Parts: sequence; structure tokens; C-alpha cells
Amino acid sequence: MSAITLKVNGKPRTVDVDPRTPLLYVLRNDLDLHGPRFGCGLGQCGACTVIIDGAAVRSCITATSAVKGDITTLEGLTTNGALHPVQQAWIDEQVPACGFCQNGQILTAVALLKKTPRPTDAQIREGMANVLCRCMTYYRVQAAIKRAANGVAV
Amino acid sequence: MTQSRRDFIKTSGALIVGFSAAAVAEPLAGERSAEASRSTQGGAGPYPDPDFRQLDSWIVVHNDNTATFYVGKTDLGQGTGTAFRQIMSDELDVAFDKTTCVMGNTDVTVDQGGSGGSDALQVDGYPMRRVAAEARRVLLDMASQRLGVPVDRLTVADAVVSVKANPSTKITYGELIGGKRFNVTLTGNNVDATTGVAKVKAVQDLKMTGQSPRRYDIPPKVDGSAKWAVDVKLPGMLHARNVKPPVAGASVIAIDESSVRSLPGFVKVVRKENYVAVVCEREEQAIAAARQLKVSWKKPEAQPFPTSEELFTHMRRAAPTSSSRPNVTGNLEAALGSAATRVEAEYEIPFQGHVAIGPAHACADPSNGQMTVYSNDMKSYGMRNGIAQFLDMPRDRVRVIWMDGPQGYGRTAADDAGFEAAFLAKELGRPVRVQWMREEETAWDTKGPAFAIKMRGGLDAGGTLVAHDYEARAADYGHLGYNEPDTVLIAQLTGRRRQTPASGSAAAPSDMYAVPNRRVATHVVSLPLVWETPLRTGNLRDPNGPQVTFASESFIDELAVAAKADPIEFRMKLFNAGTGDDSGFKRARSIACAQAAAKAYGWQSRSSPQRVGTGNILTGRGFAYAFRGQTVVAEIAEVEVNRRTGRVWVKRLVCAHDCGLVVNPEALRRTIEGAMLHAVSRALFEEVRFDSERVTSVNWATYPILTHADTPERIDVVLVNGDPNQNRADLPHYGAGEASCKPMIAAVANAIFDATGVRLRRAPFRAERVLAALKAANV
Repeated sequence: MSAITLKVNGKPRTVDVDPRTPLLYVLRNDLDLHGPRFGCGLGQCGACTVIIDGAAVRSCITATSAVKGDITTLEGLTTNGALHPVQQAWIDEQVPACGFCQNGQILTAVALLKKTPRPTDAQIREGMANVLCRCMTYYRVQAAIKRAANGVAV
Repeated sequence: MTQSRRDFIKTSGALIVGFSAAAVAEPLAGERSAEASRSTQGGAGPYPDPDFRQLDSWIVVHNDNTATFYVGKTDLGQGTGTAFRQIMSDELDVAFDKTTCVMGNTDVTVDQGGSGGSDALQVDGYPMRRVAAEARRVLLDMASQRLGVPVDRLTVADAVVSVKANPSTKITYGELIGGKRFNVTLTGNNVDATTGVAKVKAVQDLKMTGQSPRRYDIPPKVDGSAKWAVDVKLPGMLHARNVKPPVAGASVIAIDESSVRSLPGFVKVVRKENYVAVVCEREEQAIAAARQLKVSWKKPEAQPFPTSEELFTHMRRAAPTSSSRPNVTGNLEAALGSAATRVEAEYEIPFQGHVAIGPAHACADPSNGQMTVYSNDMKSYGMRNGIAQFLDMPRDRVRVIWMDGPQGYGRTAADDAGFEAAFLAKELGRPVRVQWMREEETAWDTKGPAFAIKMRGGLDAGGTLVAHDYEARAADYGHLGYNEPDTVLIAQLTGRRRQTPASGSAAAPSDMYAVPNRRVATHVVSLPLVWETPLRTGNLRDPNGPQVTFASESFIDELAVAAKADPIEFRMKLFNAGTGDDSGFKRARSIACAQAAAKAYGWQSRSSPQRVGTGNILTGRGFAYAFRGQTVVAEIAEVEVNRRTGRVWVKRLVCAHDCGLVVNPEALRRTIEGAMLHAVSRALFEEVRFDSERVTSVNWATYPILTHADTPERIDVVLVNGDPNQNRADLPHYGAGEASCKPMIAAVANAIFDATGVRLRRAPFRAERVLAALKAANV
């Protein structure tokens, strides 16, 4: 075990864990941030996604000690009680079914839109391709991304 | 003696810390007194059953003139909780946004069975409407007494009762009963029959029903504030991981506990017969220890199953474990013998999995001689009963708190994880959280059974279908029920399984085609290993429907091809050949749906296939139709087939859907879209593969599913009500969670044929299989 300080949702957080521990378990079990979820532990599905320095990262295969940047979880997208435009688009489009994967859908979309504010359909399909949804809400996820893209100032 | 749930929580210190039932089931802030005295019945344990014959078990009106509905169903992401609030607030005459809904917690909501069978509105919606109507009646009576005005001179809107002639004389529901009990006894032989004296409203008088208020469960799922079963964290909680047999049917010879004893956080290895789990203080420690634990396993004497490549050969050769008595109309063989054209085809569809995006999990708290299980299982009541039996505990000492979770489309491994958590918690004497790993979930989750279906048909000289034969074989022997204490996986592995496996079933086509000579025959076959096998079957969304309809609706298309008829017109002839209809007007509604789908798509009349194009991308359209219960669906898929790669893209989907009275159209549309895409995923990708002793589909690379890249660019959902008398006051609401899965695989197969002239009779239509079929046909 060793003390590791992370910057999570704008605040420094120190945890005492085995440095190899995947970031996912530290966020969920030590910091009580439940946005990221265990889906596969293999980086295949995206349920565990967090944003680190603007990029979507799979926390289930990221060692805690390897994290150097600022971590944003689903909880951290909301600022001063105001939803992120992508979150609002998700509500407006009524995207989730069971909702379990939506953490990864939303955060990957946020990262996608940051890099590509006006994505084409093909860019959305490609950018989101590896974020799986077992309820198959993809059609509405894509609609919500377009909705958010149109609402976000370029 | 009864003890209220709240009293128990007060005396059970562990539960109020961290993540408690109080936080889960909180109806409305600051309002507890009425709920604390809600009615229960039963023995001395802390969790007697809420009494469905007491109005207080269903509805609490609060001082602030809001209401909480308690329903014994679970919402798996289709918005049923929102729909219940709509129908109940309509009957009670409370504004929708002044209501909340508590669902599926066995000690606070009546046992309506949880979810299953897409029956939430079709069956359970009625008692909910009746009890809400009864509460309204009682409140009007109370207002009459308080205001000294007869009931027929009162009116009620938004939970305010006023005098018709003098609207300023009024009183609110909250003033009448806020925080107090109704103390009204209901009647009915069972929970579905629960009723008071009041009659429900005519559906034309329902105001919220038919509107689309947004689902209340979505904002917390989007901002990260939702509390899921997977998030439960209790003081002193331990983490467990299972160690599954490395090959099917293997038994434990010995465990070398020293292989993990020195690992940080190690607490215990639990072993009973062939069930093995490792328990640690932290989650990542349990994962590491479960991987490192050395277990010697003995392989079973016999090969547990054929390989997935040999599956259908095995299924055709095996002696059936059971066969249904054929359902026969007319004289099939004579009609086939004299038919001008005969068509025969065999269809195959493999095992497909639930494969939840979040592996099975549960947390159990054994404090104070009770057992609380936090689970996303859609049948929390069955889990409660099953766990009580499994642990030999009185029912009223066991409760299951239902919480949101991943994908509950049938008999998932959530059942198994709930029992495991309870078992481990009892063993350890501390709260235990267990979660399956990805490879466990994908390999060991229950499977929808594989089917091999043989079909024969005969057309007369005019192209009319005169003979139709369906003979199915399903690998469904030992089909698992829900939460059975003698079939859940831990019961099998610990040697507590029942003597005789369930017989399983193979379903019949569900269509309204009138064919004078018809036979439906079904058989169930078994794999060699029945128990302790990852190839265990259970209900998977619309159980058997997609498999059966893949064959039956592909075959109708093959017959239409043989008749050189447009596939929808061919079906119309079969609808119209019948003259009667059932009490739900399913024949009339089938016609209405087929027509609506054709119209929405812009269907041009012609036979299939179309002339095969010359480019790499071949485009085609396919139609299929079915009903589930009383819900009728007609679907059209438009596909692009890449001639060079074999990749199939379902580019456009149309669904005409008739589930009777629609409560929430927008939530329904999304449910239909998701169900259709779930079935497209099964059509194009999903197949459980295995060698002769283990499942080799163990993750998302080896069990691929539909992704964003494969999503249609357009989906049109048309909500149809083909009831001949849409103005009737009792227009029924039917189920919608599963029906739109049913015809989709066939619609895709029919579209691929239309595009390429190649008939695919083996699902899924993965690129390599499509490419091989195209090459074999020189396309």
C-alpha cells in the first residue's frame, strides 16, 4: 500500500492503496464515485470510462499510480448544479434504458465533442464504436450527441 | 405481532449507516409517519408481507398533498415506473409530478411478482388503477363528510376536492388524510384481482395516460447520483469473487488455501462441494486472490457437450427428452402430396446469452438474524422466497431490496449472484458483496436455447398456401426457472439441486395466418451435461420468440418467393383467409400493423429477390410479423450487404406496433427501438461458442454484439391501435417490453435474401458466414 494523491473532479484526493490497483476500484470504493462501473475489466466495453486531461480513459485497465492528470468522473461533469450540455441532451433525448453503460456513453461523447465539436455521422459511429450498450440505446445516443453538438458553441 | 419496517431500521444500527434501505425506499422527504404504519401481515420476523388487501399498502398521501405509490414491480429501463405513476395519478386525480413511486422492495411493496412476461401494464396495471380509483373514492367520501356536501356535488382536480357549485369551498387530499392511514380493506382472491368498490375511469377520461412525461429515473442515471445495486456499500462489508470450474462439470479435488493466505486483505476461502469463492477486505484483493487460488479439479467422465460446430448435428440426432402432441389442422400430408409446389427448409439458431453489460452482482447483510439482499434482480419477491428456502430462514426474516442494475431481460445471472451473496454473508457473518467477472458472466450466464427447425409448405396452382408444417427442436432440457433454491447455480454446485431437471419447451409460431392444413410439432433435446454447465438455458427476452419466428417468418417469405408474390401481399392473403377473430381482435390488428408498416416504409409491391445489383453494396428489404400475447408487431428491415466482405448493415428499420392503449408513447418508442436493435444484434452477431468442455465466448471480443458502428441510420416506429372499437371505455393496455424482438431476425434474413437472392438459414449472419454463402451462390 502507498499513499497516492489524485486530482478528481477538481479536488486533490489522497488514497492509501496498492499502486497497481486499477483506478476504477479506487474511484468507486475509496472515493465513493459510482459513475464509473465495472463492465469487463478488459477495456472492451467502456462502462468504467473517466476523462483524464480531456481524453476518455478506461479506468478498469489503468493503474492508479499511472494517473498523472486531472480526472473527471460523471459526477464531476455537473458544475455548480448545472448539467453539462451533453447530460442535458441525454435527458432531452431520453437516452438511457437500464442506464448502466451510460457513464461511458456520456463521457466518451464529451471527449469526442471536445475534440470534434461538429462530428459527422461517421465520426460519431467511429468515435463511439467501442462503447457498448446491451439495451442497444445507440440510436438515441447518436441523436443526443448530434443534439449536444448543435447546442454547443463551436 | 407486527413490527414496522421503520422500527426495525431504527433498531438495526448497521442498516442506517452508509447505504440503507431508508435511502433506497424513501418516498418523499420529511414524510414517514404514514409509511411507518403501512399495513403488513404475517409472523414475528422483521419483514412481514405487505398486505395487498389493504389500501395503505399501495398508496400513501402525504401532508403536502403529494402521493407515493408502492408497486411490486421492477423497472428494467423501459419506464414502467413512470407509466405506473401516470395511470395511478390519473385514477387518483393527483398531478403526475406530485407523485413518486417505490418499486420492488419486498418488505414495503406488495408482491406483484417483480417483472416478467412484459405484463407490467397488461396485468399489473389494472390492480394499480383500481386501488388508485378506490383511494379517490375514499377521499371523496371523507371530503363529503368534512364539507357537509354530497359526493355527487363534489369535483376533484390535482388532489383538491371542491364543491362544484362553489369552487372556493375546497379541501386537499393532504388535509383529509396526509400522514394517516386509509384503513380500507380491499378484496380479490389474489394480488392481480385486487380491487376496492370504485370503478376505474373510462380510458378516454385519463389525462396523463397517452402523454409522455419524462422518465423520472433518467436524470439521476445521467448525472451520476443514482444508487445502483452495484454501488451498495455497508459497514464491515467484504468482497467476494467466485472461482468457477475451469471445465464444465468439473469437481473439486482439493484447494490449496496457502496459495492465497498471505495475500493482503485475505479473509477466507469458502468452499462447499464444487462452489468456491474467495473473500477479501477489498474488491481488487478478492479479484487477485480468486485468480491466484490453486484448486485441483477433476474433469467429468463424459464429454459435457458437443462443440458449437457440432451442436446442430447433435440436436438433430438426439432422442428428444420430450415431444409435444402435434397441433394439427386438416390433413397435412395429403395436402403436401397434392400441392402444386412444395418448399422445405431447415433453420438453425445457436445459443445466445443475456450477457449483461455489468456482470451479475449482489450484496447481502446478515445482521441481527435477518438477511437483506440488495439486488437488481427483476423478480425480487422470488429471490426473497428462494433465498429463505436456500438458507432455511423464515421468510419474514429475509428481504430483497430491488435497485437499478444492468439489463434484466429475463432469467439473468442476477438470480445466481443474489443467492451467492446471501450464502457468503451467512458464512462470514458480515455483509458480503459479490460480483461476477466478465468471463464468468459471458460464459456462465443463462442462455436462450438453440433451435433447429424444419419447415415444409405446399402451394396450390394459384400460389395459395394450403399446407404448412413446423417441427422444432430446442436444446432446452433443464430450463431454469427464476430464483429456484434447487436450480440456481450455487444450488447445483453445492449439490442441493433437484432430482429431475425441468423439461423445457420449444415454442410454436405466433401468427394469424389461416392455412387449411397445418401441423405444429415441437421437441426438446438435451446436451450430455445437464447440471453444473455453463450451457444452461433460461428465459431470454421474448423466450424462444426470436428463434421460432426466425424460422417461421423466413419460411413464409420462402413460400412467397415460390408463389412469386409480394411478401406482404402474400401474408395479407393468409390473414384474410381467416374469417373469425379472437377476443383481442388480433387478426384485425395484424392486418392493421402490416399495412401501417408498409405505409411507413413506402413499400412498393414486388416479389423478392430484386435484381441483384452490380456494385459492392447490395440493398434489400425484408418484412416479418408476429404477435406476443395480444401485442402485434410488423417490422421491415432494409439492409446493405457488402458483397466483398459479407458485412450486413441494417440501415433502416420500421416497426408498426400495437400494444393497445399506449400509456407513454415516447418511452414506448425507445423500448421498441432498443428491443429491435437487441434482436438485430442477435441476428447479425450473437452466438455462444464452445469447445467440447468449456464455453469459449468469454468477453466482448469472443461474444461480439451490435455496436454504434452498426446502428441503423433511421428507425421509424408507428404506434398502431387496430382495435375495431377504439372508443370503448375499457380499451386494454398490453405489454411492450419484448414483442418487437420477435420478428426481427427473420426481417433481416428476408432483407438479405431480397438484396442478394441468397437465403440464410443459419443465424447469426456474421460477415464470414454471409460471405461464404454469397460465394457459394456465385453472387
